[in-house]
Amino acid sequence: MGTIDYFQERVRAAVASGQPLCIRGGGSKDWYGGAPRGDILDTRDHAGIVDYEPTELVITARCGTPLAEIEAVLARHGQKLAFEPPHFGHGATLGGTVAAGLCGPRRATSGATRDFVLGAQLMDGKGDVLSFGGRVMKNVAGYDVSRMLAGSLGTLGLLLEVSLKVLPRPFAETTLSFAMSETDAIRRLNEWGGQPLPLSGSIWCDGMLALRLSGAEAAVDAAVRSLGGEALPDAAAFWTGVREQRHAFFAGDAPLWRLSLPSTTGALAAQGATMIEWGGAQRWLRADGDPATAAAIRRAAQACGGHATLFRGGDKSVGVFQPLAPALARIHARMQDAFDPARVYNPGRLYPGSET
Amino acid sequence: MPHLVSESAHDPAARRAQVAAALRARLPASCVLSDPEDTRPYECDGLAAYRQLPLAVTLPTDEQQVLAILDVCRELKVPVVPRGAGTGLSGGALPISDGVVLSTARMSQIKQVDPLARTAVVQPGVRNLAISEAAAPFGLYYAPDPSSQIACTIGGNVAENAGGVHCLKYGLTVHNVLRVRVATIEGDIVELGGAALDAPGLDLLAVFIGSEGMLGIVLEVTVKLVPKPALAQVIMASFNDVVTAGNAVADVIAAGIIPAGLEMMDRTSVRMVEPFVKAGYDLDAAAILLCEADGTALEVAEEIARMSAVLERAGATAIAVSQSEAERVRFWSGRKNAFPAAGRISPDYYCMDGTIPRKQLARVLSGIAAMEHTYGLRCSNVFHAGDGNMHPLILFDASAPGEFERAEAFGAAILALCVEVGGTITGEHGVGKEKIDSMCVQFGRKELDAFFAVKHAFDPVALLNPDKAIPTPHRCAEFGKLHVHHGQVPFPDLPRF
Repeated sequence: MGTIDYFQERVRAAVASGQPLCIRGGGSKDWYGGAPRGDILDTRDHAGIVDYEPTELVITARCGTPLAEIEAVLARHGQKLAFEPPHFGHGATLGGTVAAGLCGPRRATSGATRDFVLGAQLMDGKGDVLSFGGRVMKNVAGYDVSRMLAGSLGTLGLLLEVSLKVLPRPFAETTLSFAMSETDAIRRLNEWGGQPLPLSGSIWCDGMLALRLSGAEAAVDAAVRSLGGEALPDAAAFWTGVREQRHAFFAGDAPLWRLSLPSTTGALAAQGATMIEWGGAQRWLRADGDPATAAAIRRAAQACGGHATLFRGGDKSVGVFQPLAPALARIHARMQDAFDPARVYNPGRLYPGSET
Repeated sequence: MPHLVSESAHDPAARRAQVAAALRARLPASCVLSDPEDTRPYECDGLAAYRQLPLAVTLPTDEQQVLAILDVCRELKVPVVPRGAGTGLSGGALPISDGVVLSTARMSQIKQVDPLARTAVVQPGVRNLAISEAAAPFGLYYAPDPSSQIACTIGGNVAENAGGVHCLKYGLTVHNVLRVRVATIEGDIVELGGAALDAPGLDLLAVFIGSEGMLGIVLEVTVKLVPKPALAQVIMASFNDVVTAGNAVADVIAAGIIPAGLEMMDRTSVRMVEPFVKAGYDLDAAAILLCEADGTALEVAEEIARMSAVLERAGATAIAVSQSEAERVRFWSGRKNAFPAAGRISPDYYCMDGTIPRKQLARVLSGIAAMEHTYGLRCSNVFHAGDGNMHPLILFDASAPGEFERAEAFGAAILALCVEVGGTITGEHGVGKEKIDSMCVQFGRKELDAFFAVKHAFDPVALLNPDKAIPTPHRCAEFGKLHVHHGQVPFPDLPRF
């Protein structure tokens, strides 16, 4: 039996029995989002690169393809996934990468997962295979459903295959470090963001700002001369560590909050440590996960025009993601009705009530 | 009241009076046009071949008026066609005879430019270019640059996911909008996206952008602004055949370069525009490539050198690099004026918009050349070569019997060929009314049903631009009777409608 037939059989059986499915690739992001529920639907046998033409800047692969394999093939042709997705463990797959929609250091300057999704093949909650988007760079035929699948945590269906736009690796790359306060770092990052500098990553933690520059050699050289700072040795490993959250900031069991905020939001008046990425737009916070703290963090994030996610650890009963306004929640529910009317896939992974 | 609705539904004049009266009861008189003399300017958008007078045109100036219009239309079950500047090229803003047009043209305030955050908050009727003008004092601009940017509005750009010459490097509208504030047909205001880089829940913003006015009315948009490059320079390279030029494009990409613009014109286009714009184009070339680099002076010098070397190796017969901003603008002038130039040499032209994998360029161009004979019409080709978006311009004379229908059939055949080689029926103009039948070529019934379900999630009463973009099963069945697979339309001389 082919993998698609197998998936179809499982989905139809799940609909008939009312027992939901938990889509799972390498399991590297089991901890993210609402707690996984349902029978495991393993995607790893549906693997392989379907099409890759470096000069078209597009790669198409099946969901179970290891992310490491995709990155290795792209690297052989001098290309990369520009949103630098974190693996968070061995065995991360392409399907899980897109469904989680998480992005690495380059996100603020290059764009998010969804910005690189060109097309997708989806198995809906009835077991039907649907194709959205395509394998070309510009396509406005029909609604852009495939981009919505990025970050949907499998709640709309099983992502069978995805086409991603890829980009060339930069010709030159340098990382500078600066001793700087949080307030200064936020201000400088935003000022630099408005100048034609080849910025490709930033992280501030514990009085130290690291700034990555990538692009044409001339551009990187000129930026180094104008910005000053100290060159950081072994920068490639440093940024992989940032992407995979191996920095000391992430060690320990204290709940980890992710705040997505306007980049100009001032220093957080938070107890505990903060870390700043994405030019100021992504803030990490180690704080309690109790209901009162959670509510306070969410209120503060919303007041600044952003939102907060209980990213890792803590008690998920406070809700992982910031609640939606009622009108928006209604559209969400109808969107799920459209693709997964019986709520077969990943119930509760995005919102607790989303399966009802 | 329900009694009145059913009665007036059979009498267009009574229905018009009823709808106009209900709108005037909620809006200032200056915001409602219902006399055919007043609504005539709204009977078509940039695709003038399709025209239809609406019941009424509404011109709200604020959010409350938009909500009032939607209330009235929902109560009376009147379809609503949203409209920006009307520069769309696929009939997306074509009125519906028993519907109302909702123009956002008067909501044209730039509410905020935040240079530090690099964002602008604007109303939907703000023109694309006006955003860049407002951002210019801060060294910033709004990157997507559709050819119509002097006139088109951001609300329309959001509806159509507009692109432009710079979108290979800087992305489409979907990549440059952070937040859209939307009025739903149910009378709610929802915010999609936000002031941060992402928002919780499903990425409904991604679905909304490019939804052709079928999911909600845009009330306000937060756009990203990016630093204006210090310098831009363009290479003009000649090739003695289009396949060599196409391969040169692939070589530029393979060399790790993403140019700020990468455009191709075929010989027909070059000869069409040169007499009017005098850009200095090589009239003997079979194709001309324009490759732009932008950034700091050193960066541009490095990229121009790199690209020149690639183009020479790829077989360029001549290479010129712009030496001044005036020269750069002149090199681009022909490409930017290809459409008006077509209008000068042909009574009418029909601009198609399909995207293909770039490696299929030779096959598609030779297919189009064969179709010129089949349909007895000329076609020139301008091409966003970097991202595979083709704009074949079919030249015809609408006053000659049968030519418009032949041009339409020619266009549909080109789009079918685009799909056949792995591409799509529209890269940036949208489906609208124009390409609704071609949707049946690109998508199967299940995908089309899913699109209707997506529409239902936002618009359960199916009143927003209801007959555009997504064809009904009935429509595809009708189209299928005429359409034979793989671009071969039988009896091209037969009118399609």
